[in-house]
Amino acid sequence: MNGASCAAKISTQPFSLNPTSPASHDRPLVSPKPASLFLGSTRKLRLSSSSKLNLHRRSGTVVAVSDVVKQKKSKSTHSLLITKEEGLELYEDMILGRAFEDMCAQMYYRGKMFGFVHLYNGQEAVSTGFIKLLKQQDSVVSTYRDHVHALSKGVPARAVMSELFGKTTGCCRGQGGSMHMFSREHNLLGGFAFIGEGIPVATGAAFTSKYKREVLKEADCDHVTLAFFGDGTCNNGQFFECLNMAALWKLPIVFVVENNLWAIGMSHLRATSDPQIYKKGPAFGMPGIHVDGMDVLKVREVAKEAIGRARRGEGPTLVECETYRFRGHSLADPDELRDPAEKAHYAARDPITALKKYLIENSLASEADLKAIDKKIDEVVEDAVEFADESPVPSQSQLLENVFADPKGFGIGPDGRYRCEDPKFTEGTAHV
Amino acid sequence: MAATFHGVGATVAALSSSSSSSSSSSSPSNSFGSKILLSSPSRSFSVRKRASFTMVRSEGSMNFDLNFKGRRAQQLIANAVATKADSSPASSSSKPGHELLLFEALREGLEEEMERDPRVCVMGEDVGHYGGSYKVTKGLATKFGDLRVLDTPIAENSFTGMGIGAAMTGLRPVVEGMNMGFLLLAFNQISNNCGMLHYTSGGQFTIPIVIRGPGGVGRQLGAEHSQRLESYFQSIPGIQMVACSTPYNAKGLMKAAIRSENPVILFEHVLLYNLKERIPDEDYICNLEEAEMVRPGEHVTILTYSRMRYHVMQAAKTLVNKGYDPEVIDIRSLKPFDLYTIGNSVKKTHRVLIVEECMRTGGIGASLIAAITENFNDYLDAPIMCLSSQDVPTPYAGTLEEWTVVQPAQIVAAVEQLCQ
Repeated sequence: MNGASCAAKISTQPFSLNPTSPASHDRPLVSPKPASLFLGSTRKLRLSSSSKLNLHRRSGTVVAVSDVVKQKKSKSTHSLLITKEEGLELYEDMILGRAFEDMCAQMYYRGKMFGFVHLYNGQEAVSTGFIKLLKQQDSVVSTYRDHVHALSKGVPARAVMSELFGKTTGCCRGQGGSMHMFSREHNLLGGFAFIGEGIPVATGAAFTSKYKREVLKEADCDHVTLAFFGDGTCNNGQFFECLNMAALWKLPIVFVVENNLWAIGMSHLRATSDPQIYKKGPAFGMPGIHVDGMDVLKVREVAKEAIGRARRGEGPTLVECETYRFRGHSLADPDELRDPAEKAHYAARDPITALKKYLIENSLASEADLKAIDKKIDEVVEDAVEFADESPVPSQSQLLENVFADPKGFGIGPDGRYRCEDPKFTEGTAHV
Repeated sequence: MAATFHGVGATVAALSSSSSSSSSSSSPSNSFGSKILLSSPSRSFSVRKRASFTMVRSEGSMNFDLNFKGRRAQQLIANAVATKADSSPASSSSKPGHELLLFEALREGLEEEMERDPRVCVMGEDVGHYGGSYKVTKGLATKFGDLRVLDTPIAENSFTGMGIGAAMTGLRPVVEGMNMGFLLLAFNQISNNCGMLHYTSGGQFTIPIVIRGPGGVGRQLGAEHSQRLESYFQSIPGIQMVACSTPYNAKGLMKAAIRSENPVILFEHVLLYNLKERIPDEDYICNLEEAEMVRPGEHVTILTYSRMRYHVMQAAKTLVNKGYDPEVIDIRSLKPFDLYTIGNSVKKTHRVLIVEECMRTGGIGASLIAAITENFNDYLDAPIMCLSSQDVPTPYAGTLEEWTVVQPAQIVAAVEQLCQ
């Protein structure tokens, strides 16, 4: 991991796209939306146009660094990107994500949780890199691969594990499950099973932030929303519609693409005409950035810029994180299509190993410090499982409680009383 | 309360015989320029042929005399049956009130709620600068600004989802579908997120959103602009659906829907926007879960909603002349059904006719039949009859379009058959 440079490809202006790129089209001269802080160079991209997977297709020659980052670096060429506390915080968060997901797999095969469970192993750098920069009032929206987003945002491991076990102490009272993690307290707006349907919700949360600032005159409201989704989602209409609206109204949102190259068994290259997702940002008038998603420090640097942009009211950013999931799409996926060489390549770039190496080489932490964290997290995860095991399952009375915020919505029964006043209603046996 | 109806090209069913209101009524044109029929002060009603299509008339002449029952209906029109604290009696004999058209009533309700609560905002296509394709939001953008009355790009699924996200984070959006049919594009968001997120989040997030727009069969608008989405949405758990039919209940339901913590879909009808009525000056809301007694009666219960209410009332005139005494209830709340009002009526008359504009298959009528049969089967003397639209994509030709929708003559025939 190269701590001193931020290897991020940045695309800000539509007409500076490489004309030799197989998928680029000539664009009329339209002046782009100005005032982007990403003033990095947009040099030529060496692209492979073959449909075979080229493992090196993204380790090209472009190293475009934002001016602001350059300015920071120039203060001291030997300064590190993080402090010791930050480093340990990042490490702990990633270890929590990894240990939790490994435990989920165990629990699933032991019959403690059911249905579709999608694990995040290998992608921890993206969640940690972005979410650890947020305040509590900032919002996060995810898809079905949301356990680690929930943990990074601050939802207790106990609440997430209970939710997975379907217990009433889960963060959604057992009613949501693996794919629907919500937390009002931590502003985690879900957890969505259909890809793409969370992006408009995230856009709405960003709209609220702008509305609060400009209409309700809460001048200090600078809440930012992060929307996480994958490469498959980037071919969905809602993605493009929301890029348009977010850029149009300069909403404080960051669109984070976790490009792990696979949508279940569909390779990104087989599904997408122009696989470079970050290039689609400038088409809508926002900067598009590509970053190595296996490197938490690089992700963090890019995230700082993108979140800062949103906070200052400069509008949205599209960040494409090149990442990889070590496990199959879900625990039901046999994962037979992916090339073992590809898996090995990315396994060698395990973000946790990389951060560990960085911390030790730069004397930010010792082996003992990190082992202590490993142990602590093991205990946290064990405790979460115990708590979930011992928690009660929902009783029948919980069945109808949350269908409506105002239970008058169940209507008026034949006896003239509202249905929800029926004593059987709370028992969950009422006929509605 | 005098209610003079100026339907767009619709047959005029005047409930009030006061000549002052008829002669002083103006003839506003709707935003599409077609002329509106005036209620003629003369007793008989002549058939008028328009250039492009023939208007439907009920058999027999229109009788402008109000019988005793009709006058009673006047006072009770605006009164919901179940007396709940927040439904206000609407007899305006003591208050002058003010006259307006249905789309203006909707706007008034919306404007009052926006003034009352700064978190209420509107989003939709052409709601801002254009004022709304049916002028429901006219003037609001100038008054409240472009962010509160947001002109969206044409992306129904995404801006409905945006409304849901805004509702989850503290705002109270009113999302307009320019035509209800366009909300088919937003089905993903309405079904998955609007209806379900309160539940799947374990009650953590409320979604106080109002989704509204005009639907129903208009005047030769073609199949895709003539859809009735209430049947598609009725299975979605977690939402409420209401249909307005008069300026009074349009304003009342709009306000109640905005104040409700539940997601509410408010169905308006393209042909009803120019109905004129006198409504109270003071603040009032209509209960979202209650049905409206339009005309009490003894012989048969006719359940209806939205535009069909007027076909039913027109048929009622004929029926009364023939000696029948129909009880007409505008169910207003399409989901959930007000089983109290409906049940009381069934217990009284023992015969039920449902008149709706929905498709025959899987429509609101189908659900209503099931609900009544389940709950009140013992009180029925005859099988429930349901008149719905034909299961046909609404044709463009005027004659064909007429035949897809229930007409007053069919209602009269149905009642006669039911009461044999």
